Amino acid sequence: MKILVCISHVPDTTSKINFTDGDSKFDTNGVQFVINPNDEFGLTRAMWFKEKQGASVDVVNVGGAETEPTLRKALAIGADSAIRVNTEATDGFSVAKQLAKVVNDGGYDLVIAGRESIDYNGAMVPGMLAGMTGANYVTNCIGLEVDGTTVKAVREIDGGKETVNTSLPLIIGGQKGLVEESDLRIPNMRGIMMARKKPLKVIEPIEASAETKSVSFEKPAPKGAVKLVDADNIDELVSLLHNEAKVI
Amino acid sequence: MSILVYTESENGKLKKAALEVVSYAKAVADQMGTSVTAVAVNADNVESLGNYGASKVLLVKDDSLKDFNAKKYATVVAEAAKNEAAKVVVVSSSADSKYLAPLLAVNLEAGYVSNVIAAPSNVEPFTVKRSAFTNKAFANVEITTDVKIVGLSNNSYGLVESGGNASVEDFSPSIPESGVSVESVDKATDKVSIADAEIVVSGGRGLKGPENWGMIEELADVLGAATACSKPVSDLGWRPHSEHVGQTGKPVASNLYIAVGISGAIQHLAGINSSKVKVVINTDAEAPFFKAADYGVVGDAFEVVPQLIEKLKAFKASNA
Ligand SMILES: Cc1cc2nc3c(=O)[nH]c(=O)nc-3n(C[C@@H](O)[C@H](O)[C@H](O)COP(=O)(O)OP(=O)(O)OC[C@H]3O[C@@H](n4cnc5c(N)ncnc54)[C@H](O)[C@@H]3O)c2cc1C
Ligand SMILES: Cc1cc2nc3c(=O)[nH]c(=O)nc-3n(C[C@H](O)[C@H](O)[C@H](O)COP(=O)(O)OP(=O)(O)OC[C@H]3O[C@@H](n4cnc5c(N)ncnc54)[C@H](O)[C@@H]3O)c2cc1C
Repeated sequence: MKILVCISHVPDTTSKINFTDGDSKFDTNGVQFVINPNDEFGLTRAMWFKEKQGASVDVVNVGGAETEPTLRKALAIGADSAIRVNTEATDGFSVAKQLAKVVNDGGYDLVIAGRESIDYNGAMVPGMLAGMTGANYVTNCIGLEVDGTTVKAVREIDGGKETVNTSLPLIIGGQKGLVEESDLRIPNMRGIMMARKKPLKVIEPIEASAETKSVSFEKPAPKGAVKLVDADNIDELVSLLHNEAKVI
Repeated sequence: MSILVYTESENGKLKKAALEVVSYAKAVADQMGTSVTAVAVNADNVESLGNYGASKVLLVKDDSLKDFNAKKYATVVAEAAKNEAAKVVVVSSSADSKYLAPLLAVNLEAGYVSNVIAAPSNVEPFTVKRSAFTNKAFANVEITTDVKIVGLSNNSYGLVESGGNASVEDFSPSIPESGVSVESVDKATDKVSIADAEIVVSGGRGLKGPENWGMIEELADVLGAATACSKPVSDLGWRPHSEHVGQTGKPVASNLYIAVGISGAIQHLAGINSSKVKVVINTDAEAPFFKAADYGVVGDAFEVVPQLIEKLKAFKASNA
């Protein structure tokens, strides 16, 4: 089985979000970038298929040279090789277009992407990729078993989950649950040394224009101070929620 | 030309989110000088969508659409959009709508923006505001394609009754084969889901152990709320993963979010920040959650929550 794991390179969850150039650009100053958490779960699941079922695992990112440390980290976790499509990712559609080319050229059986990225939260790249390649598609995926080309997957739905039957070629949008948090792989020294020698191929993009354009960014208006209610006066809380906030 | 909206239902009953997307679509239609057509699958009582601004409803009744299937449903909505020559398609932010929308976008060659929180600020060029960076910021995004898809963030627009009437037409698009089929569904039918809930009661590590969740469930019961939890609580196995909210869990956009024994770490707050009113109950007055909350009680959850339950019961009894 040939697996491709799509890696989104995102600001660390503790990052302060600021903008520059008249609020038109995300300010990367002082921001630590990491593998998108949803993709980490997918990558760890891919390592399981590699170890237990002899799958090969490549990772891919669509982005500039600054994303290479993130791809190296994925190699250190255990991926066999990495691909970077050398273009700035500007919207979900154009990213999916680039990825579709990589998927078709590489003949991948299983593509593991994340349910959504934690930066732009589009939740669209894997679905668009499925639409473009015609592969089967399951998102919010919290369980995945492959036997030959037969697949059983579990999808989280609002208020529960459902088990689906499908087959390769398949694209999933993965998330926590695909593996347990405690099973996430952290690169060790040996992995880091080996990652330096693993192939990281840079390929040039195909023509794929964006369909959406972020013209400006805003930060939420500063919040007013919290209204404190005495622990002995819970009647007041009920009254505030009813009369002032009007939520009960 | 029209604005097309996909209205979801469950066991035939239209969801609240369906009424919200129709209300939103009506605002877009007014801005663009056109009307709203809704498409619904196996739903009952669809005339009621008229009240929220739909002029026409395309109703699909088909047994092969009994289970939600992203590919089949995306085709239904795409066919409806083509029939109506829709310029804008509006969907909700439910798990199912987010599943089908990217497929729809490829099918219609339409630019898609998710997590939209307001009516377009401009229709030429078509510009919408969406949340980004897990609610830490907003982006104003232009959609440059001819057909546009807007994914509306749940609870961000609200229901607007316009008192109109909708005509209902049968619609039978051709449904493609799909390589994905549902084997089983495991869903608590007696509980409100986090995505649909107007009120969410959430517990953190401050509650000490799973045996103490009785009062959280009771509080949720009194309020008709969904229950949720912080990440460590689900990691420790005190509560199911499906209740984990935050940046790496489920997003919450309820009207009221009550956090009990949750410190308010940045990753937690990011996921729940778009809730309208936030209440925190915590023993530590320095807990960061107090900076993000509208109302706060510095106190022991084991004393405050039972009192709150009692007062709410009394409140409900006197307002019944
Ligand atoms: C300077 C700059 C400007 C940008 N401006 C915009 C903008 O205006 N609008 C916008 O939507 N985005 C913008 N992006 C973000 C862009 O990098 C995103 O990768 C892309 O938009 C997809 O984001 P998403 O949230 O839709 O992904 P999602 O669909 O939420 O991602 C789901 C999964 O798809 C995969 N994936 C996503 N992106 C990539 C990628 N680049 N490479 C490999 N796999 C990936 C991952 O597995 C991820 O978990 C910008 C980025 C930069 C650096
Ligand atoms: C990459 C990453 C992603 C993450 N994603 C998420 C996420 O999506 N969601 C999430 O929740 N977290 C997330 N976290 C974890 C986050 O950083 C915090 O560790 C977590 O939110 C803390 O959970 P908590 O508030 O329940 O526990 P604690 O931080 O331990 O807080 C417990 C609180 O309970 C209070 N307390 C104690 N006793 C009582 C009492 N008797 N009555 C009332 N209050 C009491 C304490 O004062 C304290 O404030 C993430 C972390 C990382 C690194």
